[in-house]
Amino acid sequence: MKETYQNGRTAFLFILPALLLILFIVFLPIVLNLYNSFFRWNSFEAGKTFVGFEYYVRLFKDPVFFTALKNNSLYAIISLICQVGGGMIIAAILEDKLIRRFQPFFRTVFFIPSVISIAVVGLMWQLIYNPEIGLVNGVLNAIGQSEWAHSWLGDSKTAIYAVVAVSQWQYTGYMTMLFLIAMQKIPMEYYEAAMIDGASKINSFFHITLPQIKEMILVGSVITVIGAFKVFDEVYVMTFGGPGRSTEVLGTMLYRSAFRNDEMGYASTIGTIIFIITLILSLIQMKLGKSGQEVE
Amino acid sequence: MTILKNRIFQVIILLWFSLFSLVIIYPIIWLALSGLKTNSDFFLNTWSLPEEWVWENYKAAWDAGIGKYFFNSVFITVVSVVTVLLFGSMAAYGLSRFRFKGQNILLIIILSGLMLAPQVSLIPLYKLLQGVGLYNTYGALIIPYVAFQLPFAIFLMRSYFLSIPRELEEAAIIDGCNRWKVYWNIVIPMGRPIIASCALLTAMNVWNEFMFALVFIEDSSLRTIPVGLMNLRSQLNTNFGIQLAGLAISALPMIIAYIIFQKQFVRGISAGGVKG
Repeated sequence: MKETYQNGRTAFLFILPALLLILFIVFLPIVLNLYNSFFRWNSFEAGKTFVGFEYYVRLFKDPVFFTALKNNSLYAIISLICQVGGGMIIAAILEDKLIRRFQPFFRTVFFIPSVISIAVVGLMWQLIYNPEIGLVNGVLNAIGQSEWAHSWLGDSKTAIYAVVAVSQWQYTGYMTMLFLIAMQKIPMEYYEAAMIDGASKINSFFHITLPQIKEMILVGSVITVIGAFKVFDEVYVMTFGGPGRSTEVLGTMLYRSAFRNDEMGYASTIGTIIFIITLILSLIQMKLGKSGQEVE
Repeated sequence: MTILKNRIFQVIILLWFSLFSLVIIYPIIWLALSGLKTNSDFFLNTWSLPEEWVWENYKAAWDAGIGKYFFNSVFITVVSVVTVLLFGSMAAYGLSRFRFKGQNILLIIILSGLMLAPQVSLIPLYKLLQGVGLYNTYGALIIPYVAFQLPFAIFLMRSYFLSIPRELEEAAIIDGCNRWKVYWNIVIPMGRPIIASCALLTAMNVWNEFMFALVFIEDSSLRTIPVGLMNLRSQLNTNFGIQLAGLAISALPMIIAYIIFQKQFVRGISAGGVKG
């Protein structure tokens, strides 16, 4: 490299403001969170009492913790099927040459929900699910299935599915867009050659499209699973973990422990668990997608 | 025969996707239209157009607090975006145009910020902000938003800067321009497309953010729209028209921005491939 490219001090000055912010606002709190999880403390008293691993032991005996883990996992599985699986199929169909003419319209429409705030979408769907005035029961009545009409968010058996469904409504179009971008990088010649050889569309999909978008599938899957463990807004807005504690996720459990029950130490313990889960998933993503490394 | 088969395929897919589009668009239209209904109209005629178009709902929602929340959201979003663009482009320049010891470690530190769940930082940040007296001010949101958006912005801008040819910059340096001039007069103008994408995605994330806005602000006069809407829900209870109008007011700016600047949005997510 040329001499002019070796001016480390200048480079450092350019990076410094961003670096300081990231170190103090993004990284320092993670260390503090771990430290906090070993103490009993609350927000209005100054003192902290060291309790060691007490809260971790308590967490693993807390049935709500397992409900939350189960709900986060359910979120992950359903999102993988709908957003990654569904998004990929929709993208493949939109790329078909018989449909491509209409692609700009559909892709725009499908993407729209993902630009709206999750909180706004949650409040909106809460009204849509409303047993008296909502659209869902309205549709069911209109098609003559009024016996299916239901208080979707008010029943602990259906509430978590109703919440998860909203995320699918909101983000399947986002994944579709990512898959479209990946598929548009595949050279057309591959498909033309396959067609000449007499391959069917399904065959082309499995033998050309799938191998070419493998990386996108992996990265998309990991992003989706990480997202499922970061869920907070929609649950907070639509059910706040209820009815009972049936829709509690790790995020709402943390919030409730910290800001309703004022058990900051216990809440920090949950924070540590979220950190460990997302860290493991992120390491997998870095390994698979190289997104943390040189992108040139 | 194949022509017929193709036709049938096309029709089935178009019908299916149109149904999908309806499922996606109808709730949003329902939201905007119901915001124009009186409460009784809303209860009795869920499906029809408003009997009388009650534009007052939008005004009532605006006066009930949305106006104030809207201003707060605009202010916080603008300041955060400008700061992210400035610090982000500086860091991206530093990381793409220099060779120095520790560069890779810096890069890894900054980019790992992409992965972290904000929940983990929630309680420590809450205490930190209280400790430095920023809790319950605009700064309590702007500073965390900037810090959490920076890794993604740097990631996007850095990979774009790496693809810009360097001849012009090298010539400028030989002519005696210093690094700051090169950054400001050459790299920033050349990087305009990615800066635009970054601005849009950052604005969207900040405008829509909920959890920090819920915890770091106590005063209702400082709330941003997403949290403000929660207040409105508890205040207005069963006055659904006004609530829906409030929701529509907060969702529309992003939908409009997306439809106008679709190209920039797509460039951003395709370069980043990361949610939020």
